[in-house]
Amino acid sequence: MSETKRFLYVNRKAPYGTIYALESLEVVLIGAAFEQDVALAFVDDGVFQLTKGQDTTGIGVKNFSPTYKALGDYDVNKIYVEKESLEARGLTVDDLMPLKYEDEDDDWAEKDSIHVVSSQELSEIIDQSDIVLSF
Amino acid sequence: MKLSVQINEGPYTHAASDTAYQFTKAALEKGHEIFRVFFYHDGVNNGTRFTTPPQDDRNLVNLWSELAAKHNLDLVVCVAAAQRRGIVDPDEAKRNGKDGDNIAPGFRISGLGQLIEAGIQSERLVVFGD
Repeated sequence: MSETKRFLYVNRKAPYGTIYALESLEVVLIGAAFEQDVALAFVDDGVFQLTKGQDTTGIGVKNFSPTYKALGDYDVNKIYVEKESLEARGLTVDDLMPLKYEDEDDDWAEKDSIHVVSSQELSEIIDQSDIVLSF
Repeated sequence: MKLSVQINEGPYTHAASDTAYQFTKAALEKGHEIFRVFFYHDGVNNGTRFTTPPQDDRNLVNLWSELAAKHNLDLVVCVAAAQRRGIVDPDEAKRNGKDGDNIAPGFRISGLGQLIEAGIQSERLVVFGD
């Protein structure tokens, strides 16, 4: 495994209700060991995976939202959220968990991992990726 | 081209496995190389040998096993997803204290790293899902 490839994980489903969100995150975490160029995209109901204040006590399933906060430590710091998907759901970036990473090239300054992008910008990001996994 | 295939749904409920099978078969017939076929999420359910579908319709699990044997394909079932859904090979049965195994011929259980590797080593990773 010589060259680095650009991986993009596209998340389209809400966090609970189906398993795609959780199992997609599992691929990201395991994939981190391969030191590739990783980015995540959240579109449609996938934007709900990043919302603040998730409480699953009523439904008896594990609340895995804290795991997204650890992504920065796994060198996953390019998280694209589609603007149109947020707006259609009455959400703004302030409704999302403030995911951060420490930039080793900038004296470990703490920066935002989340970038709100338009549908057009997202299609360009997809186009520039080598491997697109869709969940 | 060197291709890999990912299948995210189980047999019959979704057409994903059928479409992936037809695609894989066509790609091989055209002379492409299939590096790996990786089964994730409910896709692991394509790897049980205990299905008994109606006789007058296709037997998807057997089709995969036969294609794998004919072309020496690497059919990989994700271990984490398999554990959740009860797809077990003899080693997994022993490791997790199960009283049997159900893996179909031609399939092997392995880690998610195999999917990442498939993405890195192939020119294209084609995903079939819902």
